[in-house]
Amino acid sequence: MSTERLIDGWELVVGLEVHVELATKTKLFSASANRFGDEPNTNIDPVTLGLPGALPVLNRHAVELAMRLGLALNCRVQPCTFHRKNYFYPDLPKAYQISQYDQPLNVDGWLMLPGEVRIGIERAHLEEDTGKSTHAGGAEGRIQGSDYSLIDFNRAGVPLVEIVSRPDIRTSEQAKQYVSELRSILLAVGASDAKMEEGSMRCDVNVSVHKPGTPFGTRCEIKNVNSIRSVGRAIEYEARRQIDLISSGGVVKQQTLHWDDASGRTNVLRTKEDADDYRYFLEPDLVPLVPDVAWVERIRAALPPLPAARRLALSKLTGAAIESEAVAVVVERGQDDYINAVATVGGDASRALVYVQQAFADEPSTPRVPAGDLAALSLLEKNAKVTATQAKTLLAELVANGGGDVLAMAKAKGFEAMDSGALESLVDQAIAADPDAWAKYKAGEHKAMGALVGAVMKLSTGKADGKAVTALLQTKASS
Amino acid sequence: MTARRTALDIAESVKTGALSATAVLEENLSAIAARESEVHAFNLVTAERARARAARIDADVKAGKSVGRLAGVTVALKDNMCTRGVETTCSSKILAGWKPPYDATVVRRLEEEGAVIVGKTNLDEFAMGSSTENSAFGPTRNPLDTTRVPGGSSGGSAAAVAAGFSTVSLGSDTGGSIRQPAALCGLVGVKPTYGMVSRQGLIAFGSSLDQIGPFATTVADAALLMEVIAGHDPLDSTSLPRAAPDLSAVLAQGVEGMRIGRITDMPEGSSPDVLARLDTAFDALRKAGATVVDVQIPSMSYGLTAYYLVAPAEASSNLARFDGVRYGLRVDAKDLNSMYATTRSAGFGDEVKRRIMLGTYALSAGYYDAYYGKALKVRRLIADDFAKAYQDCDVILTPTSPTVAFKFGDKTSNPLAMYLCDVFTIPTNLAGHAAMSVPFGTGEAGLPVGVQVLAPALGEATMFRVAAELERAV
Repeated sequence: MSTERLIDGWELVVGLEVHVELATKTKLFSASANRFGDEPNTNIDPVTLGLPGALPVLNRHAVELAMRLGLALNCRVQPCTFHRKNYFYPDLPKAYQISQYDQPLNVDGWLMLPGEVRIGIERAHLEEDTGKSTHAGGAEGRIQGSDYSLIDFNRAGVPLVEIVSRPDIRTSEQAKQYVSELRSILLAVGASDAKMEEGSMRCDVNVSVHKPGTPFGTRCEIKNVNSIRSVGRAIEYEARRQIDLISSGGVVKQQTLHWDDASGRTNVLRTKEDADDYRYFLEPDLVPLVPDVAWVERIRAALPPLPAARRLALSKLTGAAIESEAVAVVVERGQDDYINAVATVGGDASRALVYVQQAFADEPSTPRVPAGDLAALSLLEKNAKVTATQAKTLLAELVANGGGDVLAMAKAKGFEAMDSGALESLVDQAIAADPDAWAKYKAGEHKAMGALVGAVMKLSTGKADGKAVTALLQTKASS
Repeated sequence: MTARRTALDIAESVKTGALSATAVLEENLSAIAARESEVHAFNLVTAERARARAARIDADVKAGKSVGRLAGVTVALKDNMCTRGVETTCSSKILAGWKPPYDATVVRRLEEEGAVIVGKTNLDEFAMGSSTENSAFGPTRNPLDTTRVPGGSSGGSAAAVAAGFSTVSLGSDTGGSIRQPAALCGLVGVKPTYGMVSRQGLIAFGSSLDQIGPFATTVADAALLMEVIAGHDPLDSTSLPRAAPDLSAVLAQGVEGMRIGRITDMPEGSSPDVLARLDTAFDALRKAGATVVDVQIPSMSYGLTAYYLVAPAEASSNLARFDGVRYGLRVDAKDLNSMYATTRSAGFGDEVKRRIMLGTYALSAGYYDAYYGKALKVRRLIADDFAKAYQDCDVILTPTSPTVAFKFGDKTSNPLAMYLCDVFTIPTNLAGHAAMSVPFGTGEAGLPVGVQVLAPALGEATMFRVAAELERAV
């Protein structure tokens, strides 16, 4: 159902608002550290706490990362301003959030999903994060009915970019691909560590349904969707809820919903009528941000190759399909450059891709195993000096030791090369020992081959390459 | 007042050892002991800290160390400027007892130049008012006539200098809060160009309007103070990227050839004694070689309305942080929203509440365009009108206040009458320009009258030349 364009004749319309924390050293408007997981209320200062008289000073690095992200999303970077979004909440120290309103930094971009599905990006703007509240006692960790609340201001003032897509997404699968691709781009440009489980990447999902050819339906916004899987589940649940509601004569009301991952349901947080009036106005403590053209172009020129381009390059290099999992996984881990390095020193790229996908999940983007060592292994296997199984054993040892002399390792394990002359004499021995099987095989009884291959393996004490034996038997049978 | 030592004299004498910083301070502390209970200029007199500072400066002089341009000069600070470890209240119950962990940039700059801070002065709560009657800790009295107000909102800072409690002082000016009390207390008071003086550590009222500036008994002292406190501060994003202007050097230059603007469509309502002094001021400048030219500022009378939307709108947001969660007063209640309500109800006075409500309303969905949006348009219009006027003149002269110091209670029952006190001062803040009040003789009941010199943005040097000429002419 997730990839179906229509559900009972209804079309799904989805837009995503994704908040990402920027990977800066310090906060958006102060010098406190931007670091996850520290002792609560240690990364604070007068600006973070909203103490009277403290003023914000914009972090240039945050602006650069936001611009890098905007450019990677094909946005136009424009002169922009900051606004105050006013509301009371204990973890919002100034009782307003400094955000961007009608003049955001990045506008009018797009992101391409597999299959050339283009999702518009309306804007990607800068804003500050709030602190984090923990409500003790009471139900579901909500403030209502809790015994007391604790606030950690370490997160307050951490730079965020909110990326708002256009409502171009039509299936839950596309939504998941969008989040996944966005995450890859964030990692590629170094804008964020994009860890959904730590909250450095958070999704709000806008869902509506309509009949194709008619205007869009009323949308609901789902908050607290904290994994790619949840994005899919929340959308499917919400689409079904809306379709069932309309089908039974009901009307969808514009609401903000809360996704409860445990129960797999959405709950109403608030309806439009009691929505906050944020009283946005221009932040008088900051001046307009006008990125000059030279600065923007310098950042554009320094953008690294993006995941889509890298997948294409890796696919060409290795011969693997561009939509294959191996290509996707290796690019996401940023290990495609490494495979390139293996190929550059003469290694077999196709085998290197398999090795890296299978054995390098816990390795950094530049794995500890020297490219030359992996190249040596790929050549041993390619040239049938070792069997696939032996290659796997050697690979595990390479990873465990962070590299090594592959030839010496193969020798030490008794994986010495078996030349074709020696192999042929073993095959001849096996045929001579079991003429019955040989006759059956020649007569077209393929099952008979198993016995012959097994015999050769036994004679070689396991050193022969099964594939080579099969090939030799086939050659002999057809000659 | 004639025998008073100026900041320039003190700094010069302390530097050479002819006068001790301690002696200067003790003179002030004696005056405070004699009259503070009557005047109530201060929320807090920091006598012991000041004595330690003065002693340190005297020791430095003896040791031959350099002691700065304000060596031994005593300064009173409006109690909305943060002082590290020293209670800073904005004359509000909601901040009573709060000690900032940092100094405002101006405080740091004053102390680096050897100034001695004697205390924190009273103000209209959160600088909202024109008489200092809105302080949660009781009003300040005008030392020249204690039945009258000192003006506001920096009434405490004006009274402190007028009463001889300190050599000079700092106030903040959002719509006239330095210039009007300066006029009412017979002092020089300066509202610098927006961005000239750092706002870091100034507790905000209307962030796009607020500027810190000096009170002094002479134009030269005001110039000296400006030279110390002005200049770029990386901690304030709205601080202009330029050094402090050299003002002391221009004071003797006179006004020969200068064009002085007289607003022909000036808002009405000024008392005759004030208008008479203004005429005399024009005459004095003419005599000194300036020409007087007529200019029009058609939008001037809308300034008040625009100001009372823009300033409360910003204030409603700036004061939202006083929520009882992290510091200051908290009045506990059954749940979060009730705690906000009880805390803010108990912590803020009537005028502050009035402005928070005004501002919240002006920014609300459905009203923004009609109120706040329109006020911003008027703000631009005023700036445009002044820009046009300044094509024909170098500075403009107006009264600072429509009247001399008024009696307590005269305007407290009628907020609009109180707001009218600022009709001449507000346009400067809306336009981000510079202006100062210079004492220019006396009016009704022998009370001082201030003349206001208005100048375009960064026009401080011209403005100070005119002020100095007026001072010579009195």
